[in-house]
Amino acid sequence: MRADKGLGLTLRYVTAIAVTVVFLFPIYWLAMISFKTPEEIFAFPPVWWPESIQFANYAVLFKDGDVDTIWNSMVIATVSTVCAMFLGTMCAYSIARFRTGGNFFADWVLSNRMIPPIVIVFPIFLLYVQLGWVDTYVGLIVLYTAFNLPYVIWMMRGYIQDIPLELEESALVDGCSRWQVFMKVVWPMARGGLFATAVFTFVFAWNEFIFALVLTRSDVTTFPVQVTHYFGGQSNFWAKIAAMSMLGTVPIFIAVALLQRFLVRGISLGAVKG
Amino acid sequence: MNSGGATGETVAGPGGPALLTRASQAADRNFKYWMIFPAVLVILLIGLFPVIYTLIVSTQNLTMMDEDTTFHGLMHYRALLEDARFWESLLHTFIFVVVALPAELIFGLAMAYLFLERLPGRQIFVALLVLPVITSPIIAGATWRLLFDNRFGPINQILGWFAGEPVPILWTVDPNFVYPAILIAEIWQWTPFMFLLLLAALSNVDQSQIEAAELDGAGFWRTFTRIVLPAIWPVMAIAVLIRALDLFRLFDVIWALTRGGPGTSTETISIYAYVLGFQQFETSYTSAMAFLVIVILAVSITLILRRMEIDR
Repeated sequence: MRADKGLGLTLRYVTAIAVTVVFLFPIYWLAMISFKTPEEIFAFPPVWWPESIQFANYAVLFKDGDVDTIWNSMVIATVSTVCAMFLGTMCAYSIARFRTGGNFFADWVLSNRMIPPIVIVFPIFLLYVQLGWVDTYVGLIVLYTAFNLPYVIWMMRGYIQDIPLELEESALVDGCSRWQVFMKVVWPMARGGLFATAVFTFVFAWNEFIFALVLTRSDVTTFPVQVTHYFGGQSNFWAKIAAMSMLGTVPIFIAVALLQRFLVRGISLGAVKG
Repeated sequence: MNSGGATGETVAGPGGPALLTRASQAADRNFKYWMIFPAVLVILLIGLFPVIYTLIVSTQNLTMMDEDTTFHGLMHYRALLEDARFWESLLHTFIFVVVALPAELIFGLAMAYLFLERLPGRQIFVALLVLPVITSPIIAGATWRLLFDNRFGPINQILGWFAGEPVPILWTVDPNFVYPAILIAEIWQWTPFMFLLLLAALSNVDQSQIEAAELDGAGFWRTFTRIVLPAIWPVMAIAVLIRALDLFRLFDVIWALTRGGPGTSTETISIYAYVLGFQQFETSYTSAMAFLVIVILAVSITLILRRMEIDR
């Protein structure tokens, strides 16, 4: 029996490694292309690992100013995350503690998350032309804030419901206003949930493509749009695609790795309580 | 202290009286509405306004050349019904949903079972497997474009080892291979999403029930359908719903790989709407299509949700 179990574990281990290799291979390939020389990229048969790790492909992006798009993404994702977290947590607190608007309001909020971007991107574009918001930071920040709000409200409602009421009650008895209770009691208590939710809000804004494609021209181009600028007819700038993708992807990998324990609850709309 | 009255609708603490009620100041009374006001304003601006505006524009006749804002009734909707390209794009979207969704679910479930029992270094595996999910979909598409390259990509190379001769498949151009290419990229990116959720759900299933069923001689399949499936159903339903909605709006991966081509053979609703709206500037026609999609979506979601509640 014991030998049988050991064999089962070995088999599962080998399978686990094989599965992981398959899922990581595309990312490995992207990373390797970003380090290759042009000769290595366009070698036939393909080169599986570069002769030496060299950063010329990245240096070009810095020299040409293409990395500004990373900065644009950073500004837009950060500010919209802060806005969505603040407004969303306020709203979530009201729903969680006062049942504001009842079930109908909570469902309506969530239903806004289900609208496909392509359906609203067109009227938004026309609205933004009127407001002068096309190709501005404020345009994308407002949009991503709005798009993330249903998610933040839904998640934070769950986290706030898990906070015991006693602290808020005693703060009220001590003479705090409702707003002070929210800022001084609820906000710090919900910290774990805030981080978890903010990560996914940030990742959404960071990765979003279709709105950014339509609503930016040149001033606030985000990095996913920049990558598609390198696709062109016959000659793809493979080195640039790979290096730019790596620059935009690695920070997200690191951020999520640091917040691993929040992961499942965050991507499942709170369906799994972690 | 006044419990009840206008501000008395607080939620009672677990087991305790609702002390969180204080109806003294006028500001207090409106507090809960002030708290939702900014969020509602932003959602209305980006959520409700576009939908209403879409409906209005769809009954006019705006194009790039023509700013005709007079009422044209359902003209564009009638044209949509006869627009073969629209129905084909709906069909393509449907194909992606019905192939990718079950594949992701089954692979995700298999992976979840693989990692369910104790395995040295499980945390590291899970941390690595999540990376596709958090990659930007357009970057994922770009990556697969490099992988699928007929000459310099590794996939044809690997297939060539098995075939024993060079494999020259044009993954992003050949009509026979564009669907597999897009589906592989999509399934690669989102199977780990299913995996993560199902792993969490499976870990929460009561082990003693499973053991009892196995003692009674129930096989794996019977145990799964009778005990495990009902237990993980709430999480699975949410996961399937999220993925179905995402697949319905599929855009990024196709944009990176084929842009809807060759011809219009991989054009989804999102791609067609983009082409109509931002390349051909058919403002009113695009709006009619967008509104029709909202209606289709609202009806299907309502039906699906009702169906899921009955099953539960």
